[in-house]
Amino acid sequence: MQDDPVIRVIAKVLIPTMMLFALYVQFHGDYGPGGGFQAGVIFAAAFILNATVFGFNRGRHVWPARLNLMAITLGVLLYGGTGVATMVLGENFLSYNALSDDPIAGQHLGILLVEFGVGLTVAAVMVALFFAFAGRVSHVRLLNKTRAHEKAQAEAKGTAND
Amino acid sequence: MMQHLPILQVIVPLLAAPLIALLRGREIAWLATFIVTGVTFVISLLLYHQVSESGARLVYEIGGWAAPLGIVYVIDAASALVLPIVTGIGFVVTLAARHLVTAEIDQRDHPLFFTAWVLTIAGMLGQVTTGDAFNIFVFLEISSLSAYALVAMGAGRDRRALPAAFNYLILGTVGATFYVIGLGLLYMLTGTLNLDDLAVRLADIEQTRAAYMAMAFIALGLFLKMALFPLHFWLVPAYSYAPSAVSALMAATATKVSVYVLVRLMFGVFGIGFVGISDGLGTVLLTLGIIGAFVGTLAAIVETDLKKLFAQSSIAQLGYMAIGIGIMTPAGLAAAFIHLFNHALMKGTLFLAIGVIGAQTGRATMRSIEGAGRQIPMTMTAILFGGLALIGVPLTAGFISKLYLIRALLESDLWILAGLTFVSSALALAYVWKIVEAAWLKPRPEGAPDLHETAIMWLPAWLLVIATIGFGIFASPLINGAVQAAAIFFGGQS
Repeated sequence: MQDDPVIRVIAKVLIPTMMLFALYVQFHGDYGPGGGFQAGVIFAAAFILNATVFGFNRGRHVWPARLNLMAITLGVLLYGGTGVATMVLGENFLSYNALSDDPIAGQHLGILLVEFGVGLTVAAVMVALFFAFAGRVSHVRLLNKTRAHEKAQAEAKGTAND
Repeated sequence: MMQHLPILQVIVPLLAAPLIALLRGREIAWLATFIVTGVTFVISLLLYHQVSESGARLVYEIGGWAAPLGIVYVIDAASALVLPIVTGIGFVVTLAARHLVTAEIDQRDHPLFFTAWVLTIAGMLGQVTTGDAFNIFVFLEISSLSAYALVAMGAGRDRRALPAAFNYLILGTVGATFYVIGLGLLYMLTGTLNLDDLAVRLADIEQTRAAYMAMAFIALGLFLKMALFPLHFWLVPAYSYAPSAVSALMAATATKVSVYVLVRLMFGVFGIGFVGISDGLGTVLLTLGIIGAFVGTLAAIVETDLKKLFAQSSIAQLGYMAIGIGIMTPAGLAAAFIHLFNHALMKGTLFLAIGVIGAQTGRATMRSIEGAGRQIPMTMTAILFGGLALIGVPLTAGFISKLYLIRALLESDLWILAGLTFVSSALALAYVWKIVEAAWLKPRPEGAPDLHETAIMWLPAWLLVIATIGFGIFASPLINGAVQAAAIFFGGQS
């Protein structure tokens, strides 16, 4: 699709706009509709659009698999880590009050961190799902083990017959 | 730190899982998993100790929000009994996973494999710990989704693992959907999802058709998850084509947790006084339980693949648990809890021992174990002990289960069912004898590959054998625990 100038130009305009909008949905979720889940999906849509228009390889190049895995885990850990932090500060798991002297500020900070964790993981998982369906890497690896196993079994049979 | 134990039970594995996904290098992922499962085991023992010592419920308010509004985690006699089973089996099976997973899974997939492994344990622990009905659904999905992935990893040895995992996914999702539909109806009726609050409010409202529907949907969804006959078709392929370590973990724990959730919702939320429970559900469970016991045992007798054989026998054993619940008395429920505990030990033993054979021959069949009794005596003896416990031979934990089950049946004047339970247990002798005959009485066929075993391979299975015999001889702590667990669901009646 990258040969079509219309699609290319529109994608180039849209991608940064989508990312910015995702960040707005993410951080304005405190005050209005939105939040981590929705923002994550919008953010991931930017990456998916990039890979659809400019091709699988370039999409992967912008956001490598290893980095994506780290983003997935980092989001979960940010969520859980916020909870652990409140426990270390002497309150129950996810009691945001502990995060600040002022309970309201604590709740604000807590939900901000947790929602950011949600957003990060959701965005990264969406991208991972897209690339998992578009690519075939892990599938090939799985079957390599099957072939190796079948080969080993055939050899074992062969030696047994000899 | 002690007051945080209920939440640590769940978040230690839950937060360790993403970290394990990032690990690289030989065996590090396994080592991390081993440590995490060890820590969860210790936490569950501490929790059991706290609850049995004080006799009180431990309630943990997440986020500091109190019960009906916030989500609370509750440890009472019943959950404190089930947690050590899940974590203990998880710990022992992880010990065995070292060689089983090295043999069956590509090295590069180990971190993700163990991530799913820890997640499925975390999901099961969450279902047991939480006091919120929707939270149960979330953890049900966490454990199930990771379990589907784990079963599919069996494709490294046998591609039939892929359709097995897919069927499991479809049926498991149907089950979870039914559960959530029922929950939706309950939420519509009562406006709450907290289990204790639901129980109070359901008692207040008149027994409506919507409440019956909610009960039916929840029960049906959980029947599917616990593989009660005739909803068991996903179980046999899923357990038999999964990697050996996964079969052992799931056969020993996954369905048990669903049994626990069923008890928790039916008795803890609807309550024995709810009309549909005492007559409707009881009859259904007794009928399906005894049919399942016969169908599973007979299918196991004709089966020649060992993993499938013991998966079929799981159907029968789940039937006994269903009978125990279906009696609708404290004694019956206690028998179900005892059997839940003991069956986890037996099936853990059997699938770990079969894994030793499977890792070497691909599939453990009646042919591949011919004469194996002399080549791998420790492994085959572990299978023998597991089999004897399944029959219910005295001095094994299985005897205690059957004893209490039949006694509970007789107390309720269910003579025919007690007889049928006895007959179907005795029938288990047929398939155990088949294995004994193949392993010890037949010579090793010409040209069959030599089997070997080392201490590290048979030790995990033997740990569970020792536990099986230990709980068969010194059964009183378990029986007391089960009786206490059953008592909390009949609190209003006794």
